[in-house]
Amino acid sequence: MTAARQSDPFVRDLLGRGDYAIFSEIVAPQTCVLDLGCGDGELLSWLAENKDVDARGVEMDAAKVQKAIAKGVSCYQGNLEECLADYPDGAFDYVILSQTLQEVRRPLQVMNEMLRVGRRAIVAFPNFGHWRVRLAHLFTGRAPKTTRFPHEWYDSPNIHFFTVDDFEILAARENWTIEKRVFLDGNREVKMLPNLLAETAVYLVRRHA
Amino acid sequence: MVALTQTKRFDSLELDCGVTLAPVDVAYQTYGTLNAQRSNAILITHAFSGDAHAAGIDPQTQQKGWWDSMIGPGKGFDTDQYFIICSNVLGGCRGTTGPGSIDPATGQIFAMTFPVITIGDMVRLQAMLIEALGIELLLSVAGGSMGGMQVLEWAARYPDRVASAIPIATTPRHSAQQIAFNEVGRQAIMADPDWNNGNYYGGKLPGRGLSVARMVGHITYMSDESMRQKFGRRQREDQGIFEVESYLRYRGSQFVDRFDANSYLYITKAMDLFDLAAGQQSLTAVLERAKTKFLVISFTSDWLYPSYQSQEVVNALRRRNQDVAYIELTSQYGHDAFLVEVDEQAEIVKGFLHRVTKGVNRR
Repeated sequence: MTAARQSDPFVRDLLGRGDYAIFSEIVAPQTCVLDLGCGDGELLSWLAENKDVDARGVEMDAAKVQKAIAKGVSCYQGNLEECLADYPDGAFDYVILSQTLQEVRRPLQVMNEMLRVGRRAIVAFPNFGHWRVRLAHLFTGRAPKTTRFPHEWYDSPNIHFFTVDDFEILAARENWTIEKRVFLDGNREVKMLPNLLAETAVYLVRRHA
Repeated sequence: MVALTQTKRFDSLELDCGVTLAPVDVAYQTYGTLNAQRSNAILITHAFSGDAHAAGIDPQTQQKGWWDSMIGPGKGFDTDQYFIICSNVLGGCRGTTGPGSIDPATGQIFAMTFPVITIGDMVRLQAMLIEALGIELLLSVAGGSMGGMQVLEWAARYPDRVASAIPIATTPRHSAQQIAFNEVGRQAIMADPDWNNGNYYGGKLPGRGLSVARMVGHITYMSDESMRQKFGRRQREDQGIFEVESYLRYRGSQFVDRFDANSYLYITKAMDLFDLAAGQQSLTAVLERAKTKFLVISFTSDWLYPSYQSQEVVNALRRRNQDVAYIELTSQYGHDAFLVEVDEQAEIVKGFLHRVTKGVNRR
């Protein structure tokens, strides 16, 4: 197992995050990108600087929006679930949702809206099927708490607990075309048993033609 | 930074009401240096009671400009990088033609014979000034309150001449509440016998009416919280009145010395008449042609120009997928926040202008 891990390709680190490194590989230069929940605009300003993208963000927290705009990111302060409806169809080449799908009230509606306003959606989410979560649940009999999911059940932002397999099943049911899937354990790429071994999953999704 | 007011005279200006003013003077100040490509010019548009003296020290009065905290070397609008222009609005009383000017047709002061003016007229005059200064493309137009209305008007009417727009604490149209407050101010002035149907020049000014109008204005610029903190229920022992009363009276009387009552009537009317979407199907349709990048700012405690009005503009732009950054800054200062909350605004404006500059240099 250890030997197999070491032979796995090492995912490049971008701004300290493996999922950002994957996004940066996926996003083509000179495209238009919307980052939902863009925080202080770190990823978008990197993409603008290095990929010459037209970078737009949505963020709820005023302090983060302030930092994002100060970085030169076109950031809109608002609720990502409510704001999507205003954007016209196909406005963006990519709509990014990083580590937030499990926090939104209506994940399917958000995914469908992302695929309406964007030609492609890039979604990264924590895999609740990871073995550490399973073990934590199995052995404690309580809502799982791990280093990746440190919150108590009553103040966790996570309200939907889904796994890699759950997402695959939904994608098949909704007829989405999955153009790329990358699984990460920390910043290392996972090549086998992603539902068990991946902490984070990154999907590049397109609406079925 | 020394501030010098210059005046530019134009042969004529055709107004929205159909009347032509001829000639028209516009008073303006500039700070910083226009670069060789003429690509670093920013127009600052002033609020209701502002003037061309936006920054620096007036050599005569030794007073700082009304947005000196935001304009200057290293500040939000950095005069080391940008060429800043601010002009007094049409209808004003600080050097630009207004009701207190002489009507060349009669040789008398216009007073109430001055034609009705609009925000559109103010902006048309600014556009003439900008053209006369040899600037084809403004890097940005920025302003708060009524200044923000002018910014929106610029973006709607001259989309090819503004690379970016920064409307702050403003609205695409006045609500009934905003019109109501303006009407109270106007009625206070007209109820003053010294107003004399507008013919008070050279005689006793309608100071009581104008100062009451200003007192109402100041209440709307603050918030419940900021008034509680600034005044509470403290009293002036010497005068036997509350501090808030003393403050309002002081602000009111001070205003009489620097503002013309008839300008008050005309400019507030122009604000009330402003409707960015007038005659159009929607705000989105009006701003459709704008390739301008927007930075829209509102403030949490501003109840005179509440955030929903800014958001209406923002959402109209988003519907066309136009480049718009929006933030509702946290502040307790009410509408005054756009003049007071300097650090946050400066940080945001700098980052925004930096991005806009990169885009313009690439054109």
